[in-house]
Amino acid sequence: MNAAIEIRGVRKSYGKTLALDGVDFSIRRGEFFGLLGPNGAGKSTLINLMAGLIRLDAGAISILGKGTVRDWRAARMNIGVVPQELVFDPFFNVANMLRIQAGYYGCGRESWPWIDHLLEKLELTGKRDAMMRTLSGGMKRRVLIAQALVHKPPVVILDEPTAGVDVELRRTLWSFMRELHAGGTTVVLTTHYLEEAQEMCERIAILDHGKLQALETTRDLIARHPFRFLSLRLSSGVMPEKLLALKVSEKNGLVELKLPTATHPIGAVLEALRAAGCAVEDIQTREPTLEDIFVELTHD
Amino acid sequence: MIENQLGFYTLLKKEVMRFWSVLGQTVTAPVITTLLYLLVFAQAMQGRAEIYPGVSYTEFLVPGLVMMTIIQNAFANTSSSLIQSKVMGNLVFLLMAPLGAFEWFAAYILAALVRCAFVAAALLAVTLPFVPLPLHSVGALLAMFMLAGGSLAVFGLIAAIVAQKFDHLAAFTNFFITPLSFLSGVFYSVHALPEFWFKASHLNPFFYMIDGFRYGFFGVADAPIGVSLLWCAGFFVVASAICLWMLVTGYKMRQ
Repeated sequence: MNAAIEIRGVRKSYGKTLALDGVDFSIRRGEFFGLLGPNGAGKSTLINLMAGLIRLDAGAISILGKGTVRDWRAARMNIGVVPQELVFDPFFNVANMLRIQAGYYGCGRESWPWIDHLLEKLELTGKRDAMMRTLSGGMKRRVLIAQALVHKPPVVILDEPTAGVDVELRRTLWSFMRELHAGGTTVVLTTHYLEEAQEMCERIAILDHGKLQALETTRDLIARHPFRFLSLRLSSGVMPEKLLALKVSEKNGLVELKLPTATHPIGAVLEALRAAGCAVEDIQTREPTLEDIFVELTHD
Repeated sequence: MIENQLGFYTLLKKEVMRFWSVLGQTVTAPVITTLLYLLVFAQAMQGRAEIYPGVSYTEFLVPGLVMMTIIQNAFANTSSSLIQSKVMGNLVFLLMAPLGAFEWFAAYILAALVRCAFVAAALLAVTLPFVPLPLHSVGALLAMFMLAGGSLAVFGLIAAIVAQKFDHLAAFTNFFITPLSFLSGVFYSVHALPEFWFKASHLNPFFYMIDGFRYGFFGVADAPIGVSLLWCAGFFVVASAICLWMLVTGYKMRQ
């Protein structure tokens, strides 16, 4: 049994809206996994099902071999979820909030040194006695991350943890997540910052309209994209029509072309420009990013 | 039944800490309100005939007011805590935790009873020096306290599970809790009512809660203590069964 999370034939509807339509995949133990998709793709629904926040219509999910329905206690002990919304309990200070959360998971005073460690790692030590309602958005987000980790779960799910947070928190968070991952924790990340997913994740699943559109290593996903991008600024001449058909953007005179690698090698493009009497002033190329793949797979 | 003992204890402690952190609202305010009722009604009804032989109107009034405060505070404690968590979204911390339906249920109900015990003790502490009361049966007092406080705490949980916003909960308070508690014989003996209202009062579970609690002090009441205990126990069992079903199925919480 090598899966941290096993998702089998999962279906979930809200009234007449089908949020997940037979989703089926596994996340390996110790993996840094990206779960991507546009808004409404079903990512949060899938995370809520893993966390036991909502009920399955069909299918099954297990966390480290423990079913979220039959072995729900063990499954919940195995998982820590950082929710997307900035939710907090206004009655408590940061340290008490974390101790209460640890208590729910059966962790008593023995967990307090770990809580202190979390406070230090997330740069919250100075706020340990501050009431939750007095914290800034970024600080509340840090507490949410700490709350998900108080019981040392072997699987951590971060649902858009960097939405609306500053650069410093992002750096702190990713450094801490890398540390946890190096220690064997499975990390599942959803984010709209695709460069983060590209940098951090070993494998990526893309959901759209409740279905799995892709599941590959980040490298393979990018490599299978059959395009590359060429940006040109002409000092003279008019770009031929057949090249203008490949234009994807134009900014400050810099025209970006999306070239199918099989049919449009860069040499052939430059030859066509020369033949049309164009002089090239500036030229840049770039490989496709995860964002290009994402747009390709999820556009309607 | 309680598998995650530390989880249960933590939730109970958290619920007690929650009402303790706003003691002015949760204990002091109801005590002052009840004292004002006592002051106004005792003055207005001064000189009226004894309700029961040897029991003056003011003496009759105190146990009823204490039980009415228990009823209202038990309901308020569970319902306000859960609806706040639902509306503010922090209920996810509990929903994600490895806590079972009975652990939730027991922690919320016990925390409400702790609050009610504080409120009742504070009320009796400030009234007894001025209105001394006899003590007929500690067992009846404790049984009525547990059953009435427990029932209303359970009802508060049900109301908060069903409610989607504070307005819905206010409707439960305004159209159910307040009228039934005011029409339950707190301020009068139901024997003084016309026959229709006398009979109607016997369909009000709050009447038995107040009447049975009064029996614990005086040894006399409008209904036999056995009947009051049965009504309260029945209300508690039915409300608990509904509430536990809601918690087990995740009704309106895990949809």
